[in-house]
Formats: sequence, structure tokens, C-alpha cells
Amino acid sequence: MTRAIRIGHLYPDVMNLYGDRGNILALVQRARWRGIQVDVVPISLGDPFRAETVDLLFAGGDQDREQRRVAADLAGPKGDAIRAAIEAGLPALVVCGSYQLFGQRYLPAEGPELPGLGVFDVVTEHPGVNVVRCVGNIVVDWNGSLLVGFENHGGRTYLGPRAAPLGRVVAGYGNNGQDGTEGARYKNAFGTYLHGSLLPKNPRLTDELLRLALQQRGDDPTLAALDDSVEEAARRVAIARARAERHAQRNVGATARPR
Amino acid sequence: MVVAGLAGELACGSALVTGTNGKTTTARLLARALHASGLTPVHNTAGSNLMRGLAATLASVAGPAGHLPASRRTIGVFEVDEAVAPHAARAVRPRIVVFTNLFRDQLDRYAELDTVAALWRGMIEELHGATIVLNADDPLIGALPAPPAGRRLLYGIADPAAAGDPSGAADSIWCPRCGNRLEFRAVWFAHLGDYGCPECGYARPPLDFAAVGVRPCGFEGSDLRVRLDEREIAIRLPLPGIYNVSNALAALAGAVALGVPSEVAARALTDATAAFGRAERLTVAGREVAILLVKNPTGADQALRTILAEEATPHLLLALNDRIADGRDVSWIWDVDFERLAARHGPITVTGDRADELALRLKYAGVADGVEVQPDPERAVRRALARGEGRLYILPTYTALLTLHDILARQAGTARFWERREP
Repeated sequence: MTRAIRIGHLYPDVMNLYGDRGNILALVQRARWRGIQVDVVPISLGDPFRAETVDLLFAGGDQDREQRRVAADLAGPKGDAIRAAIEAGLPALVVCGSYQLFGQRYLPAEGPELPGLGVFDVVTEHPGVNVVRCVGNIVVDWNGSLLVGFENHGGRTYLGPRAAPLGRVVAGYGNNGQDGTEGARYKNAFGTYLHGSLLPKNPRLTDELLRLALQQRGDDPTLAALDDSVEEAARRVAIARARAERHAQRNVGATARPR
Repeated sequence: MVVAGLAGELACGSALVTGTNGKTTTARLLARALHASGLTPVHNTAGSNLMRGLAATLASVAGPAGHLPASRRTIGVFEVDEAVAPHAARAVRPRIVVFTNLFRDQLDRYAELDTVAALWRGMIEELHGATIVLNADDPLIGALPAPPAGRRLLYGIADPAAAGDPSGAADSIWCPRCGNRLEFRAVWFAHLGDYGCPECGYARPPLDFAAVGVRPCGFEGSDLRVRLDEREIAIRLPLPGIYNVSNALAALAGAVALGVPSEVAARALTDATAAFGRAERLTVAGREVAILLVKNPTGADQALRTILAEEATPHLLLALNDRIADGRDVSWIWDVDFERLAARHGPITVTGDRADELALRLKYAGVADGVEVQPDPERAVRRALARGEGRLYILPTYTALLTLHDILARQAGTARFWERREP
């Protein structure tokens, strides 16, 4: 029997900064290369979320203007349904602006605090437009293997007592540039600041999401091996970039708050 | 300060050109039109659009005593980076400022579109008595207010036949007044088009310079009819693509705002050559080479569209660097529609500091056959020239362009671009 996965793409027309399309492409292609059918279902502002129509959820980054609209859309039954689905094991990847909104709350540089979905026990504060943004190539240790990407965020995210980080920063800023953590993980939901795009350069994470999606459906989660030599070459260059930038970032960090 | 002092000596004042795409071409076309009217433009030709580029341009014209030559005809034409524009305006005190468009470009430097738009609104408040020339087709630009005691001149496209396929690289589809989704009657490319907001009634403002007839002639350029004050003038524009129609309108409007008769400006545009790296053509080792600078998803999409309209199986050399002038963040290539190439393409050579990332992008676009990775640009040029026949299209980012241009100029025996005098 042909296996199939339905990817719910949250706010594709709103949260689409920084090459988020690459993440969807990576999921779709790596599934298709293994003969797994993929449907991408757009779920935008005003659209309801129905857990039974989706096996994997993705949401990307945005600007502050859009973040406010999204926070309003997530408040209420739609947000409740997403939270319940994740509680029941729905795999999800949320990047940058979406990661912030999947936390408890976000305090932007200007305007009132935005309530979050509360999937992750994290809080994000923007220290103001005059404080240096966390920008650059980043490498993260994720359960012993490396994730590589590019981060660009003003907000600093702090983990609460019930939060587990996605990984430890090897080079770059991560959640807040201070405690060495990056992203958050709750059940099968992954939150991260890494874009760049993230998934094409990190096929192990892409495949992990596909496996979780198949498992969630009750399908066989085995994935055939692929030739990842092109992926590996791009990873090597990006990792070398992040390591080369590390020294400069340490100097910036020295003027920030002490740890 | 050098820039303020020397700019003050420009007898006919200055014009600034800013925006994400089309600065260099627009400034170059504007300088041509001013030159054709008998003025002597002082113009930063090499795309060096930060303050030090302006200072270097002015200093290169100054005599040993540190002053510009006494002339009643000098006029500054400066393209300036989006974020630098407010500083440049304070130093130069321009008579006009042209705003071309606002796309996401090098987000690692500029944060976000709204931030840049807010910066510009602050800048316009200080432009007392000046004229701003605005691309009305861009919702964020069309919403910019007139300077105090100054005026707005609006340009745009008004030919429904010019509408393209709505590409995935739309950046600004939300109303800049009320934040609701805009509706487009026509889209020229990305988020540029004829728009209106169903909620608050904001719509594209009336056009002072409207391209009413646009007939594209492939890579050779476009034939235009432009309506201004009840009249129409014809321009045969030798630059390809709908984006260059916008650039030509910007230059025409800017020249007229500075007092150039519209017929003189139109003639100057008809004779235009490509700005450095913007659809430039040269012959190298007996092969025709066309160079199209790419900096962001929209520009790259337009370049691919233009090339695919011209060639059955285009032969490409793609070059991606991630230095500061390119933007360190290469994620924008994932927003480029390389999928367009999946159906048909010739040999593709990829080079630059992030050649491997480009190869990865092509793989996920379904473009695998005939892709060769050559990170070293010298080797890449050799291989690209050897791998096919016919015209080779080179699509580099900014610093990759500088390197490749040097290599090609050496092989072609032509002067390097910055040694050419313009116009």
C-alpha cells in the first residue's frame, strides 16, 4: 500500500520569511523520493484547524506586523485545537516567529505583549530595536548530531522550568545568546530559531519528522536511505562558516548581560 | 564632512535613488537623461552605494585643492542603499529622491520591510520643499507621504497586458494603512501591481507617468508608450524585462522633475546601455556572455523568466557568495523559483563561496542533470565556457559579480567596468 503524509502549512502567506519554503520542499521531496505521497494543506488566517486532516504541522517566520495578526488568529478555538493535537502526539516544526508564538508569551519591541499558544514553556522578550539582533550562521548539538542554519532574531527566548531545549549551541546565539540553549522540544513538537533553510541542510531532522508523521498515522515508519552527498557538502560549508564567526560573536557576547 | 561639503558645490543640486531593486539601472538612466539635456552628472557608477562610496565619487571629481571644478552644470546622481538613504539625504540635501521598490533583501542587515518604510517616512519629513518620485505599483512606496512643502510624482504600469504570473516571492500583500489583505486587479511581478484595499479603500494612487503600452521584445528590451500630462511618448528601451520598464519610468519621472524635457529624456532612454551587471553583454573566447546580477528572490525570478523566454535550454553559470555586501544569509535562494528550470535547461555550473548550497537548492528544485559544482570562480568560468555552445548566462550575487567580471574582462581584453567613464 502506498504511504501518504499530509503536511499542514500554517500561515504560508503570512509567515514566510527567510526561505521557509525550503523546509516544505525538503519534507515533500524526501518523502516523494521514497515513494511516499505528500499533500501540503495551507491553513491561513481565519481557516479552522482540524487535527484529523494533518499528520505534520509546519509554521515559519514573519515580521512583527504579521505576528500580531497571527497571535490574534491563534487565540481561541484554533489555538486550542492545535495545542490538543500536539498534546496527542502530532509532530510539528515551528521556526523563529512561530516558535515565539508557540511559547507562553512574546513581548515585542513595541506595543502590547502577545499571548502565546503555550506549547513550549518558554517566554520571549524583545530587548528593543537598539539592542543588537542575534544574526549569523549557527551550529547546534542535537542529541549528538549537528544541526546547522542561519538565525536572525531580535527576541530573546528563556526556558521555563518545564521546558526542554532542542539542543545546545556549538556556535551562534540560540535562544538568548547567554545560556547556551537553542530551541525547545515538547513531545513531537520542535521549536527553533534556525532557518537558512533548515531542513534541506539537516536531512536527519527532516527524516525524523517524516518518521514521526508516519508513526502518528499508524503507517510503517521505516525510511529507505538516500544519497545525501549534496546535502553533506552544503552542511560542511555552513558549519565551517558558523565556526569562523564564533570568535566575533564571543566578543559581542562579552558586552551583553552576564550569564 | 566630505560628502556634505562637496555635494554643496554641485551647482544644480542632487538626486538620490533608493529602493531594493533597480537603483543602479535607474540612477544610470537618470544620469544619461540629465547628460542629454546638457548637464554634467556626478554619479557613483559602480554600485558603491554606502556613504563612503558617495565620498569616494565626490573626491574623485574634486581638484587638488579639494573642491569640485567650478561649473554651472554639475548635478549629483547618487544611488543609495535603503538604510543609508536618510544619512545621505541629510548630507546631500537632494532636490529629488526616487523610491523604486521595497523587497526583502539582505534581511540580516535591514531587519524587516516595515522598519525600512518607517525609516523612509522619517527621512521624508526632513526633505523640506523636495520632490519625491514614487513607484505607485509598490503598495508600501505608494503610501509614502509628500515632504513638507514638497510634492509627490507617481509612476507605474497601466497596461493590463503586462500582467505576469503571480510569483511566489510576494513580500507586501498587506495594506500599509490598515493591515488587511490587498486585492490586486493586476500583478506585474511579485507584489508590484494595481492594488486596492477592500477594507479601508487605500488603492494605487493616480499615475503621473503611466506605461500604457508595453510590448516586450525578449532579451532585446521592450517598446513602451508612456502617458504624462495628456500626452504619450514612445520609448524603445534596450533593457529586458518588466522590471526595467519600472526603472525607465523612474528615470523619466526623475529627469522631468529636475527640468529635463520629456522628449530629451525619452531619447536618452532609447540609447541606454545596461548598468554594470544588469543585463550586461560581452564576448569572451568567441562566446556571447550575458550577465544578470541577482540579489534577492524577486530579481532572480525575473532573471530566470527573462532567460527562459529567450532560450529553449539555457546555459547557466550561477554564483552565490555570502559576504557582507551579498547578505550573509543565503536562505533567500530557497524562495527563488528554480523549479522553472526543471523542465528545460542546458549545462549549469555553480560557483562562489556557497556553491554547494546552490547545488542543494537545484537538487530540491528537481534540477539534477548537468549541474556541476566548481567553487573556484576561475575554474568555473573556464568550465562554463567549455561546456556548451551559444549564449552563456551568468547570474551572480554582488561580490561574485566583481570577481567574475574581473576574470571575464581579463579573458575578453576589455577595460574593467570601473575604468569606463559614464555616460
